[in-house]
Amino acid sequence: MTLRARHLLGIASLAPDEITAILDLAEHYAEMNRSGEKHADALRGLTQVNMFFENSTRTQASFELAGKRLGADVMNMAMQASSIKKGETLLDTALTLNAMHPDLLVVRHPHSGAVDLLAQKVNCAVLNAGDGRHEHPTQALLDALTIRRHKGRLHRLTVAICGDVAHSRVARSNIMLLNRMEARVRLVGPPTLVPSAFRELGCEVTHDMAEGLKGADVVMMLRLQRERMDGGFIPSEREYFHRYGLDADKLRHAAPDAIVMHPGPMNRGVEIDSATADDPTRSVITEQVEMGVAVRMAAMDLLAQNLKAERAA
Amino acid sequence: MTCTLFTNVTLIDPEALTEGAGHLLVKDGVIADVALGPMAAPEGAEVVDGGGKVLAPGIVDLGVKICEPGERHKESFKSAGAAAAAGGVTTIIMRPDTLPAIDSPETLEFVTRRAGEAAPVRIHAMATLTKNREGREMAELSFLKDAGALAFSDGDHVVADTKVLARALSYAREIDALVVGHPQEPTLSKGAAATSGKLATLMGLPAVSPMAERMGVDRDIAMVEMTGARYHFDQLSAARALPPLERAKGNGFDITAGVSIHHLTLNVNDLSDYRTFFKLKPPLRDEEDRLAMVEAVGSGLIDVISSMHTPQDEESKRLPFEEAASGAVALETLLPAAMRLLHAGQLSLPQLFRAMALNPARRLGLPSGRLAKGAPADLVLFDPHAPFMLDRSTLRSKSKNTPFDGARMEGRVLGTWVAGVRVA
Repeated sequence: MTLRARHLLGIASLAPDEITAILDLAEHYAEMNRSGEKHADALRGLTQVNMFFENSTRTQASFELAGKRLGADVMNMAMQASSIKKGETLLDTALTLNAMHPDLLVVRHPHSGAVDLLAQKVNCAVLNAGDGRHEHPTQALLDALTIRRHKGRLHRLTVAICGDVAHSRVARSNIMLLNRMEARVRLVGPPTLVPSAFRELGCEVTHDMAEGLKGADVVMMLRLQRERMDGGFIPSEREYFHRYGLDADKLRHAAPDAIVMHPGPMNRGVEIDSATADDPTRSVITEQVEMGVAVRMAAMDLLAQNLKAERAA
Repeated sequence: MTCTLFTNVTLIDPEALTEGAGHLLVKDGVIADVALGPMAAPEGAEVVDGGGKVLAPGIVDLGVKICEPGERHKESFKSAGAAAAAGGVTTIIMRPDTLPAIDSPETLEFVTRRAGEAAPVRIHAMATLTKNREGREMAELSFLKDAGALAFSDGDHVVADTKVLARALSYAREIDALVVGHPQEPTLSKGAAATSGKLATLMGLPAVSPMAERMGVDRDIAMVEMTGARYHFDQLSAARALPPLERAKGNGFDITAGVSIHHLTLNVNDLSDYRTFFKLKPPLRDEEDRLAMVEAVGSGLIDVISSMHTPQDEESKRLPFEEAASGAVALETLLPAAMRLLHAGQLSLPQLFRAMALNPARRLGLPSGRLAKGAPADLVLFDPHAPFMLDRSTLRSKSKNTPFDGARMEGRVLGTWVAGVRVA
């Protein structure tokens, strides 16, 4: 099984069998990552460039580790501090990069669609590590892997995605992936952060936590994206926490074995309280981080296979 | 005396809303005779055999951006004039959103002189309503009108301070000037790159509800009611902006409205792969809105179709969607794009030329826009069925930002005449 497209730009371009293939391979790498021998050579001889136009510690570290464990030469470029400040355009950056002959390009950008634009202009395989509010496919894949490991399946699960859906690329990629894998998606949050237009994406939308969490198998909390807001979406963080913050009391509405997820970094006391976030019987938040490395290894491995086949031909 | 006879042509009469085979005689730049049926050529007349194709009044395009002065690398009078001639546009009504803006008689005089030197078509300028389009103080409306400003507009800048707008409209009313406004509630639409809805949600683009346009329409109508000014909405795009317009017209206010060719032929789904050539202001709307606008042109509720020609260079467009500039060039594609509405059976040729020639000319007090005895011989001869594939590199505009690149279109201009002189 290989991927049909050259790039991984979004869940929108993945078919269910491709999603399953990535998850299956990631399962293998998850096992390897837990063993003493954490090294494979799927990316040996290849150059991976991580280009982050937006600050990120966790995702960048995860991609870097994934690349290194597969034997790639990994280079990090912190773009927000470099040439962009000197007025270089995204497409000039692409031309510069082409001259360095990278094989895998991991890109995060603050604007929706920017990674697609870049992918049209470079000669390597591009992985979207988050573009604006649009997509963050590897996050959705690692969430799916985590859910599958706990629930044994994705189809016919009820997944409640709660909080700042409007500004969230994580939510959009998850909605697409879960819809595609026949899970039921419920969106919960204040109407300013969960606009009704999301109903048209095939989700249930509710503005009440008790109703939204009712019987849910998975409760996925989103970070309040203060940096992506232009003001005035919620009256205050304490009122937000009171109505939408996840605590043991609200979690009682979910299924008794419901798992709690969060893409991180968490605003403790805003969207989730510490007791719930740290509850080892419910929270799978650290496992999500672990699966992140495995999923990124799998995605890059599959894209590299295409690259090699393309070059052999 | 120069004399040209057009024979064997299908004549479009946008006043009577009729079309028919006939002839048209031009003498000294003016239409001397027009009638159905054949006619013998007068002695010494040049004869243009139209081969049965369509002869219509040249397009009067209200709201064209020419980037001179200030950004001549995007569009000059010369390039805009060549594009207009090639597209059957015989009169350009230029927007004042240049650098500097046309907000002083001196700038207006420069523009008028350059336009006359460099372009083969007629170019009239609008001047700004407020100084530097800042919405704070009104421009020298009376001086500007005397210097030849046909109307007053701040382009796509909304005069957000309603008191400033009220004063400017009262003043404009006193000197009988036409004001062209851009209906939009500016705080609601701030930062938006698309129309809110399923697609913008999926694409993660900051979006605005079409309600922002309705609110702009409502406010401006109230201001017209208060001041009695003559007012034209530069471009409506949302179905829900139409009922208040209809009521205002019914109440006898001196209000007219336009629509851009892009909002008549494209919709929000065209944005799906973040192609910035489709980024317009206002943003492309839903298909229901598009159909409502087409119907409103048919009924006459919407008076004017414009190109809203807005040149942008590659550097302004080859950016992530949110950062990219808005607008599209359309002087050359206005006519073939309008033919899509003809071929879809939605609008007739006389209806289209009522909106593209007759109404804008009338609204601005120009004698053109008609195939009538005594009118200027501003004419376009075209084949509404001739198919072609648009290649943006062939456009005469300096900027090539057309959403129709690679599109199959029908409708080719065979010739354009301004004051009886062939310019394309």
